[in-house]
Amino acid sequence: MEFPGLFNYWIAVVLMMTGFYIVIAQGNLIKKVVGLNIFQVSVFVFYISMSKIKGGTAPILDEGIEIYTNPLPHVLILTAIVVGVATTALALALVVRIRDAYGTIEEDEIGKLEQEEET
Amino acid sequence: MISGHLPALQVVLPLMAAPLCLLLRHSTATWGLALATTWGSLAIAITLLLQVLSTGPVSYEMGGWAAPWGIEYRVDMVGAFVLVIVAALGSLVMPFARLSVAREVAADRVYLFYTMYLLCLTGLLGMAITGDVFNLFVFLEISSLSSYVLIGFGGDRRALTAAFRYLVMGTIGATFYIIGVGMMYMMTGTLNMADLATLLPAVAGTRTIQAALAFLTVGLSLKLALFPLHLWLPNAYTHAPSAVTAFLAGTATKVAVYALIRIYFTIFGGVDVFETFFIREVLMGLALVAMFAASAVAVFQTNIKRMLAYSSIAQIGYMVLGIGFATVTGLTGGIVHLFNHALMKGVLFMAMGCVFWKLGSVHIRDLAGLGRRMPVTMAAFLVGGLSLIGVPLTVGFISKWMLIQAALEKGWWPIAVLVLISSLLAVIYIWRVVEVAYFRPVAAEPGAESASKIAEAPLSMLLPMWVLAGACLYFGIDATRTLEVAAAAAMLLGTTP
Amino acid sequence: MSLEATILLALAVPLAGAVLILLVGRHPNLREAVTLATAGTLFLLVASLVPAVMAGGRPAAALGEMLPGLGIAFVVEPLGMMFAAVASFLWIVTSIYSIGYMRGHGERNQTRFYAFFAIALASVMGVAFAGNMLTLFIFYEVLTISTFPLVTHAGSEEAKRAGRVYLGILLGTSIGLQLFAIIWTWTITGTLDFTDGGILEGKATGAVTGVLLALYIFGIGKAALMPFHRWLPAAMVAPTPVSALLHAVAVVKAGVFTVLKVTIYIFGVDNLAELGSSEWLRYMAAATIIIASLVAMTKDNLKARLAYSTISQLSYIVLGAMLVNAWGIIGGGMHIAMHAFGKITLFFCAGAILVASHKTEVSQMRGLGRTMPVTMAAFLIGSLSIIGLPPFGGLWGKWFLALGALEADKLVMVAVLMVSSLLNVAYLLPIPFRGFFGDPPANPGDDHGAGIKEAPWPCLVAITVTSLGCLVLFFYPDPVYDLLKQIVTPPR
Repeated sequence: MEFPGLFNYWIAVVLMMTGFYIVIAQGNLIKKVVGLNIFQVSVFVFYISMSKIKGGTAPILDEGIEIYTNPLPHVLILTAIVVGVATTALALALVVRIRDAYGTIEEDEIGKLEQEEET
Repeated sequence: MISGHLPALQVVLPLMAAPLCLLLRHSTATWGLALATTWGSLAIAITLLLQVLSTGPVSYEMGGWAAPWGIEYRVDMVGAFVLVIVAALGSLVMPFARLSVAREVAADRVYLFYTMYLLCLTGLLGMAITGDVFNLFVFLEISSLSSYVLIGFGGDRRALTAAFRYLVMGTIGATFYIIGVGMMYMMTGTLNMADLATLLPAVAGTRTIQAALAFLTVGLSLKLALFPLHLWLPNAYTHAPSAVTAFLAGTATKVAVYALIRIYFTIFGGVDVFETFFIREVLMGLALVAMFAASAVAVFQTNIKRMLAYSSIAQIGYMVLGIGFATVTGLTGGIVHLFNHALMKGVLFMAMGCVFWKLGSVHIRDLAGLGRRMPVTMAAFLVGGLSLIGVPLTVGFISKWMLIQAALEKGWWPIAVLVLISSLLAVIYIWRVVEVAYFRPVAAEPGAESASKIAEAPLSMLLPMWVLAGACLYFGIDATRTLEVAAAAAMLLGTTP
Repeated sequence: MSLEATILLALAVPLAGAVLILLVGRHPNLREAVTLATAGTLFLLVASLVPAVMAGGRPAAALGEMLPGLGIAFVVEPLGMMFAAVASFLWIVTSIYSIGYMRGHGERNQTRFYAFFAIALASVMGVAFAGNMLTLFIFYEVLTISTFPLVTHAGSEEAKRAGRVYLGILLGTSIGLQLFAIIWTWTITGTLDFTDGGILEGKATGAVTGVLLALYIFGIGKAALMPFHRWLPAAMVAPTPVSALLHAVAVVKAGVFTVLKVTIYIFGVDNLAELGSSEWLRYMAAATIIIASLVAMTKDNLKARLAYSTISQLSYIVLGAMLVNAWGIIGGGMHIAMHAFGKITLFFCAGAILVASHKTEVSQMRGLGRTMPVTMAAFLIGSLSIIGLPPFGGLWGKWFLALGALEADKLVMVAVLMVSSLLNVAYLLPIPFRGFFGDPPANPGDDHGAGIKEAPWPCLVAITVTSLGCLVLFFYPDPVYDLLKQIVTPPR
């Protein structure tokens, strides 16, 4: 296993863990959304890079083109990006509403307010 | 002509109706449209089930592109059964929703509520009908995104944080799923379920496929709220509007269970995932922990919706347990419990919706004397509760019977014992509510002279609730029909008898 | 009318009665007339089945399938016939008694009381006529749940607590142990039909049979075998008619009836005798008999004393079943009927004393025989019948049980029966003796004694009927004996 040959996967893994860590560790809701985005992007990178073939070009039917990259994962990721955008938009909208309702977007403070409400 | 396109219509109908709702804007008009759409979907789902029963699986090529290149919609016995469950819950909640939503959601947002409701239904139906793993992801996200919004409609501000938390967990789950799909695609070059099933056994031993299976399992377990990935569920169910809780509790987690069944028994049908990958130990262990831990937590809840939410987590444990047996009896038990649990949780959450409509609270102390004031609602609650316990003549008994039989057939009697003991925990938390509702007198307050008078929820809410309660009893007394379908479904999934 | 229709009607009539009672609940007289009419109709229906069963017929009916290959089915066999006849006859008597008691005591929610009573009776019929174990189990559970509102009738904190114990033990044992045993049986044999000679014979090893038998016997919590007996004393907070019919006849007898059914038709008497799996359960039953009797002696509350007496007497029947021979089974079956009449008389008297004098403790009842002669005389008759002295029916049950013990060569068990009879004497007889011969409390501040009259007349009618029943059963036990003889052939 030579290192450079798989470096795209390494990048995907590093991105993924970074995003995951931010989602878990950050108390600020906006930062959580950012982390979630990085997490999703890592998967996009993973998909796009896995279909790349060394020396392949875009899949255009033309003379002289014999090796080309599989377009399907790219198309799939287009869909996934759309989903990701929708998720982010929704998450941000929720954060706005949460700020209206609680006056803060820090998780600890919201937790404290909720605790008071329960008792 | 039309009947050939039914599988497409199943999804397209609610998908088209959703933006129409957005355009209509008028609350009652959108409600009428949504009502017609859901009942139309139910009709299609039932037709499909009958078609499958008589002529076998129905396959439909989306846009005329042949599988495995195009997206294939494939309705077999399992899918058709889940379609009927989802569509039936979706259409029964609609008449209930009108007044319940009018009370709990701001009037200028009601049309948005129904838009999201239809989108959510689209997503859930799509997950059950599609034969393509990536398409399943798309529908999963459609249903998830719309359900985040639906939960956010809740009147309490805690609904917002609950929705946000669900969004984070749900997105992570869906992303895990898509990673798993990507890995399978890398190894096989296909996304079609049937195609995957034929290609996977050759590469099943590789690390990549093992990792894919792990990602798929974890991702879907997040969506179906398998212990310990259930943390989003209690708050989401507690603070969502009553109609949403009744709908989601009966459908969302069920469809995720269905997707898990698909992965294990269709896609990995040629591989014995349970013996080779330690999936059984993990699944059954977690299922058993869920059954006990969640039930134990439920016992201490004071908010009844939250109590029922924890009970849902425990009940999901039963379904996953059924899957874990990987025998026809076990899987039949799991699948039939999908249906049965949808019925009983539908009743219970609708009953709580009625209570909330009347009292504006579902806290246990506010339920005092309710057996006298809302006798019809509480009687339905009792039926649902007895089902949850698994008393004979209710659906819960049938599920429990099948699961225990499955355990004994395998000779795993400790599991049978655990199933029985955990069902006794349900006695405790249901009976707490019953005692308060029937034995504790209404607290003397100003205006207490009306306290002992009957003050029921309106008929449009009671009727759908009692249809479900009636189904709880009917399918508990004559379970041959449901078991036949579930057993046929289990057989089809090719488990060893 | 065909026999099949009769069976189904016997189930439907009490249910229809319950609905009618709820509908006419506002008019007490009409409501009680409906109860009486329902009870009367039910008894006639049940009685009309007797000749066919006596002639060796086994009328059957089915209500469709519940699980594939497993339906709700009814078969009337002699044991069930006898149980149904006793229960439905005593329902009439209890209904008459209830009218006097409930009115005399000024109870609330009487409509609910009568309605659930009728539902409970419907489930008793289901238990008695069940053709397979699933059907029996279903009605067994319905019986538990439909009697819960009766036990907690008072709605007080104490009633609630008792209700929790009641439901906890009965549901706990039936779901936790009995259901487990049933499904296990189903996986082993593929059938749950009650079959002569048992369905487990030759299908299960000795060890499995032993475990299954224990699961069944302890799983049938209604039989109140120690240590699962706590629910019975707890349930005594119920109004007396409930205690009388349900907890001296219907519920507890449904339990021991199930024990007999399981022994005979699931395991098979011969099969068990051969495997010897029931050996240690005999000692459990014997221990329950003695311990419960001893506890009964310490109880001053009359109903609590009767409750423990019931626990002890129920174990006679369990013991009979566990002797696994013909005499044991016949003795057990006989004891169901005999004990029912004796114990219901005692409970009726306890209720009558409560209504007329508001006394619940044994120590307060001195001299009561002078003011309430009929009640106390009936109490004496009931006690003698329970003890097993002629000329009362209770003798026969004990007689055959003793024969069974001799047959099984278990002199210890004969001794247990004798000792227990002596204990019966010790805890039951002092009550009527003090009632007749003791001096009324001469406490000048206590003016209760002066105002006591006899109980309301419906109560007295009921008491008289059941105590006469004890007497009649001594002279004419033949119908019961003939019925039971069909199931097992006594050695001759």
